[in-house]
Amino acid sequence: MALNSLNIALADDDEDDRFLFKDAIEEIKIKTKLSLFTNGKELMDYLILPNVILPEVIFLDLNMPIKNGMQCLKEIRENPKLIDLSVAIYSTSSSEKDIEETFVNGANIYINKPNTFKELKAAIEKVLQLNWQYQTSALNRDNFLLRI
Amino acid sequence: MYLFNDYTITRNLYFYLFYFNRQILRKPMKFNVKFDFNTICKKVLCQQLDDMNLDYSLNGIGEVNLKQSPNAVQMQKITENLAKFGIEVISDQQTALVQRIKDAVTLIVNGDEEAQKYNVSNYLSEKLDYSYTHLSNVFSEVTHMSIENFVILKKIDVAKNLIIEHNLTLTEIAFKLNYSSVAHLSTQFKKTTGLTPSTFQKIIKKRNDKVVPQD
Repeated sequence: MALNSLNIALADDDEDDRFLFKDAIEEIKIKTKLSLFTNGKELMDYLILPNVILPEVIFLDLNMPIKNGMQCLKEIRENPKLIDLSVAIYSTSSSEKDIEETFVNGANIYINKPNTFKELKAAIEKVLQLNWQYQTSALNRDNFLLRI
Repeated sequence: MYLFNDYTITRNLYFYLFYFNRQILRKPMKFNVKFDFNTICKKVLCQQLDDMNLDYSLNGIGEVNLKQSPNAVQMQKITENLAKFGIEVISDQQTALVQRIKDAVTLIVNGDEEAQKYNVSNYLSEKLDYSYTHLSNVFSEVTHMSIENFVILKKIDVAKNLIIEHNLTLTEIAFKLNYSSVAHLSTQFKKTTGLTPSTFQKIIKKRNDKVVPQD
């Protein structure tokens, strides 16, 4: 399957984090179109719009006001229209319990928010590379789990 | 006086078995299937091409030879019909080559006997008739990943399926996928997924248990 660019969405209430993420993704060679959201409700309202171009990958912060990342994840996995989305949890929590719970609820990727810009860029690049392959190769998406 | 002779006992027993069986049949059940993607894709492709009355032959890896070149309208129809099944007609040469590399890698990983005799680079350049340098450049340019990394990704994908569907031990999987040792497979698994094989297995099991319908 041919693919020219990846559509990416990020929901994070922290302005600095959104800014860093945007900077990092722009420096990566893989072409992307990034949409930013400041909380889970904004993201979910967008995803269920009619005729919306769905992102291939969604990065979700766990702790957000109004609607948190876990609620979004559950709603996404319950909606048959959103079945093909890869969900990456992007969080400061590194508790094994949180990580396992998000995976069991259908997340594909868990990223601990890296401390340096360089690490952030490397993490996003790895996620995009893998997603590119999952979009274009016969790989089993049911078994797509990645922890960074 | 005999209250229960042999006949009544047997009859009662049948009665019970009958109802017991019906109870089991009424319960929901869940079973797993395993797909052979190559066979499925080939079957679907042939069926579609047959339906359109085309004279064709399949060229091994993802290539269709038409005896008569179709006009634009026919080609449009072929593309549309195949698209319904998620089969995409690739017009761009580079993308087509990448797809052929991927298909050849799939053969290697699935343990095709001919493929096992060579190392990956020799096999690919022989099979696709290009130098490995050329293949490798085109592949990274189009997919943003090296062929070597793709081979690893593909192998780990097969390993995941073997863990989940066949309950094989890591030792058995390492042998099946031609790893020099279990440790090597285990390290590569961790490096590719960020999870140990046992954590991976635990998570997928919990996830599958979650979606079983409750009675």
